Amino acid sequence: MAKYLLLKHYRSASQPAPIGCEPMDQWTPEEVSAHIQYMVDFAKRLEGTGEFVGENALSPDGTWVRYDGEGRPPVTDGPFAETKDLIAGWMIIDVDSYQRALELAGELSAAPGQGGRPIYEWLEVRPLLSAPPTITE
Amino acid sequence: MDEALLRTLTPIVIGILVRRGADFAAAEDAMQEALVEALHGWPDDPPRDPQGWLVTVAWRKFLDVARAETSRRHREARVEGEPAPGPSEAADDTLQLYFLCAHPSLTPPSAVALTLRAVGGLTTRQIAQAYLVPEPTMAQRISRAKRTVSGVRFNQPGDVATVLRVLYLVFNEGYTGDVDLAAEAIRLTRQLAARTSHEEVAGLLALMLLHHARRPARTGPGGRLVPLAEQDRSRWDTGLIAEGVDVLQAALARDRLGEFQAQAAIAALHADARTVEETDWVQIVEWYDELVRLTGSPVARLNRAVAVGEADGPQAGLAALADLDPALPRHAAAAAYLHERNGDAATAARLYAEAARSAPNLPERDHLTRQAARLNAQLRG
Repeated sequence: MAKYLLLKHYRSASQPAPIGCEPMDQWTPEEVSAHIQYMVDFAKRLEGTGEFVGENALSPDGTWVRYDGEGRPPVTDGPFAETKDLIAGWMIIDVDSYQRALELAGELSAAPGQGGRPIYEWLEVRPLLSAPPTITE
Repeated sequence: MDEALLRTLTPIVIGILVRRGADFAAAEDAMQEALVEALHGWPDDPPRDPQGWLVTVAWRKFLDVARAETSRRHREARVEGEPAPGPSEAADDTLQLYFLCAHPSLTPPSAVALTLRAVGGLTTRQIAQAYLVPEPTMAQRISRAKRTVSGVRFNQPGDVATVLRVLYLVFNEGYTGDVDLAAEAIRLTRQLAARTSHEEVAGLLALMLLHHARRPARTGPGGRLVPLAEQDRSRWDTGLIAEGVDVLQAALARDRLGEFQAQAAIAALHADARTVEETDWVQIVEWYDELVRLTGSPVARLNRAVAVGEADGPQAGLAALADLDPALPRHAAAAAYLHERNGDAATAARLYAEAARSAPNLPERDHLTRQAARLNAQLRG
């Protein structure tokens, strides 16, 4: 088994915007509900298959922070809503293969949007580095 | 196995151990070990005298640790042998535990964790699950909390207000793991109310009961949030409402008003309306006035503005809102609601979308997004 982090990007600087994806408040309430239900069902199904580790949605407001030298308070920038590359949330899965991780990410990307059509959302799949194995030779 | 009984006995047993000469931290550790052993063994082999069993096992655990320390420090005199089991004065001890676990020197999360363990009889694992943190993290939080209060004398009278704040926090955390924290908070507040006649304890208990009564109606399919106005009121728990109203009336009759009684009075007025149209908004505004007078809280002012919008019309509500800081949590949501009632769907839709972006939790965000979506669909015709 190997763990993967799925990052849900709503927009990306380097990738084209999801097809026909207007902000959710421009959808109908039923479309919003169907989308949310899809996400809930997806996580529940992975719990059932023993592949779910955790997930969390993120608030869009982020603050950049860095150390600013001895005795000084940290430098901050923001908080502001990221507009270029918004990470809407993350999910960690524990699956048999990289292939399976891609398959699941593809399914998550097909969550329904306006008119029930898939939103073609971009997901970033990042392998989690694990502890070294006991037997290496 | 009767886990509720086990939890009720936890503070009593800790109290007995402390009276026998154990310090609080050691007594609490010993009880936690006895608790874990009971959770393991009782289902197959329930004791005839659960309290006696717990005292015996916890005292033995305490002695094991104390003896190990004694041999190290040569302090035999204090802990050798079984002392005579005197009268336990359990009731007072439990009250003392409430005060100790909510001691003002503790941060709120520490006080919450310590209260749930020492007064509530939950295991570290259960508390960790309920607050979605790893078990070792919660164990550290609890042991640091115990170190913080180690100098506090067990017989010092405490401040009921700090205990109430802790119980309020537990109640508001709601329902995440296999432990129902809201129900646990009610149990602990009930237990406290049985030991003190403080009006605000009754006020908080009433507030919890009245809110808990609405819980079955508060979530719809898929965990979606159902606002008060749209709730199916036939699903409210009338038994809890009746109890809450009784507790509140008894407290109010003593004429020492406090913030929890005022909040409970507002909840009782909502509970009293069979339909949303029957809500007595004028009285609700009066209670918010009391609440603002008592606390000066900006959140109370915000809720008051919404109530004014119902009692005197949306423009009056918007005027009340205009005096408040727009950075307040839920300010945009309140403004959106009042603008929609005032017939300005476009402004309301924009504000709902703004409120969704700053929503503090997922069900609320989803709800606000749906509200914005509903209005935008309506505007498109």
